[in-house]
Amino acid sequence: MKKMKTTNLTLAILVGFMVVLLAGCKRNLSDDVEFAKFPNTPEVFIDGFSGGLQYFPFAGSKLNAFTVDTETRYAGTASMRFDVPNVGDPSGAYAGAIFPDNGGRDLSGFDALTFYAKASQSGTINEIGFGNDFGENKHLVTLSNMRINTTWTKYIIPIPDPSQLSLEKGMFWYAEGPENGNGYTFWIDELKFEKLGTVAQPRPAIFNGEEKVETSFIGVTSTISGLTQTFNLASGQNQTVAVAPAYFTFASSNTNVAQVSEKGVVTIVGAGTAKITAVLGGVRAKGSLSITSAGAITLLPPPNRLAANVISLFSNAYTNVPVDFFNGFYGGSTTQTADVVINNDNLKYYTQLNYVGIEFNNPAVNATPMTFLHLDIWTNDSVTPNFQVKVRDRGANGVLNTDVNTGGPTVDDKEITYTVPVNSIIKGQWVSIDIPLTGNIAAQKNNLAQIVFVGNINFLLDNLYFYK
Amino acid sequence: MNTANPSKINRLILAGSGLLFVLLCFSFLGCTDDTQKVTNFNTLVMKDEFSTPGAPNTALWNYDIGTGQNGWGNNELQFYTDRSKNVTVQNGYLVITAHKESFNGSSYTSARLVTKGKFDQAYGRFETRMRLPWGQGMWPAFWMLGADIDTNPWPAAGEIDIMEFRGQNPSTILGTVHGPGYSAGQSISKSYTLKDGRFDTDFHVFGVEWGPNYINFYVDNVLYNQITPANVTGKWVFNKPFYILINLAVGGNFVGSPNSETVFPQTMLIDYIRVYK
Repeated sequence: MKKMKTTNLTLAILVGFMVVLLAGCKRNLSDDVEFAKFPNTPEVFIDGFSGGLQYFPFAGSKLNAFTVDTETRYAGTASMRFDVPNVGDPSGAYAGAIFPDNGGRDLSGFDALTFYAKASQSGTINEIGFGNDFGENKHLVTLSNMRINTTWTKYIIPIPDPSQLSLEKGMFWYAEGPENGNGYTFWIDELKFEKLGTVAQPRPAIFNGEEKVETSFIGVTSTISGLTQTFNLASGQNQTVAVAPAYFTFASSNTNVAQVSEKGVVTIVGAGTAKITAVLGGVRAKGSLSITSAGAITLLPPPNRLAANVISLFSNAYTNVPVDFFNGFYGGSTTQTADVVINNDNLKYYTQLNYVGIEFNNPAVNATPMTFLHLDIWTNDSVTPNFQVKVRDRGANGVLNTDVNTGGPTVDDKEITYTVPVNSIIKGQWVSIDIPLTGNIAAQKNNLAQIVFVGNINFLLDNLYFYK
Repeated sequence: MNTANPSKINRLILAGSGLLFVLLCFSFLGCTDDTQKVTNFNTLVMKDEFSTPGAPNTALWNYDIGTGQNGWGNNELQFYTDRSKNVTVQNGYLVITAHKESFNGSSYTSARLVTKGKFDQAYGRFETRMRLPWGQGMWPAFWMLGADIDTNPWPAAGEIDIMEFRGQNPSTILGTVHGPGYSAGQSISKSYTLKDGRFDTDFHVFGVEWGPNYINFYVDNVLYNQITPANVTGKWVFNKPFYILINLAVGGNFVGSPNSETVFPQTMLIDYIRVYK
């Protein structure tokens, strides 16, 4: 109890004396074989740059967004000041930078990056964290949407697994854009790594904690997403950060079916079922991916239409015109799209489809001579799917005009909706679909710019092209 | 009983004849300082080390079952059971687990163990070693009630809360007494906060040293409060036998309800309970 304190000093002196004596008696081999260690300096920015710290703004950001402020500060003589630009600021669209120590530091003795921050107005800092070194970003940690207001507040960004940070260069990074179009200023002070001792109850997650189920086949690769670590802090609040794959150890329950790399890339190598799971710092992550693989897929023979009669969007048999994207991630869309390569044939794999948009605006496609849209699809779904394809012409005004409520065309846009006949899609077989470019777009197909798939089906797509 | 010993001896004897011998003698017989009295009660009179797996020792423990009146007077949300799902002895620990489940009209289940009718004592050292649960709405406690509570209703019977904890304040516990004129919101209480630790990640020792006219509260090796008749705003009722309670409540006036971020199940581990005189 209390008396311990008063005896500690005496005890420490004595113990110290004894250690000296003992060390003099016998030379300890381990003194010579210790590995070199990197400095474990906790300070990043207290009143100035800590030793080794550098500043590199992101390309495209306002390069002079960061300054050292000696007037506004939480403690000491200076703080870090960040001026977020207004929308349209010619000096940069946003503020963002990394602060690395390229000599590297040993951060394994700490459990969090902490700092005080305040702003000229309430705001939400898009991304802030550490582990960004403009290199591999192997141990990247990001706190998203950090709320900030006009009073100095202490923030804590936990280290997902300190034992991995024996050599880390990325001390601090951030990226923040205007708030409602307006720039503002925020300050950060007393930026340092700490051993708080109160960062506890780790609850890592992959796929944001979801237990995902997918059908798949040989050749599909996908990357595990939604990697997070959550801690409970001394305040009782939970703090969740997005973390890089390197913090996790991934595992497949059946490596004859699916393999997973240390970067979280899942590759299907055989038929059967496998479950992908992960562990972070000895704690099993919430969330998983259960895969049912149909095995190898027999490819279609290449299309044999003359190239002169084809405008191709996606096919290995033709030269493709530019496509802006194969998944617009429109609001409300759950659809995921993966690139699949089987025997050097490129395919797109659409999963969790409700609807998805493909756009080719730059330039639009003049399909006036063409008469059909062709696509080949393959599904392993056993339920007979309802599947629709929409083809949109954007009209003369050069932009897609979409009714925000119906998703349908407005202004000068024209669109057709083709419902694929119910029994024409067969599980485990390639099906060719040829959609006549008639109806609403019969007289206006010189600015085709969008294709939308609607339905509840997981499918492979190949050979998407217009032809005559 | 109050055998406070004022001396604190650190004697250092150095003797040498070529070699140096260091001998340290500390005396830990007890001490006083300006504000607190500490009495050591060294004779063990009751202990449960929870070394036999299964249900807790029936010679010592009873259960409170159900929801009491108005959630045991605090609008607590749990239904207490004696099922092994809620209370069991495993791996040398008493394990009390709060589950989120529909059960007899409640949304949570948990357990509350009492020594009422089986063990009570006036004065002594009452100590436990526990690891606590965490999260908004978790309310574990190690506490005592006057053994005459059936004929002398609360708060007149008296209550000594050796340890209470709010899951949303993971580094802070409270030690409190309730009595006539100083109960509930007027209770006499003090909190203790770990500077760089938490009560849900490691085991900690919680205890009181209770003698005539004082109750000392300690956590681990830190004596953080003493309550004497001078501190209470009513009659001192802590001069008669009290019995022990251990429970894990969910929700209630003291902590508020669990929220969407509260993780279930939550477990309270009790390494031992020891009572000395």
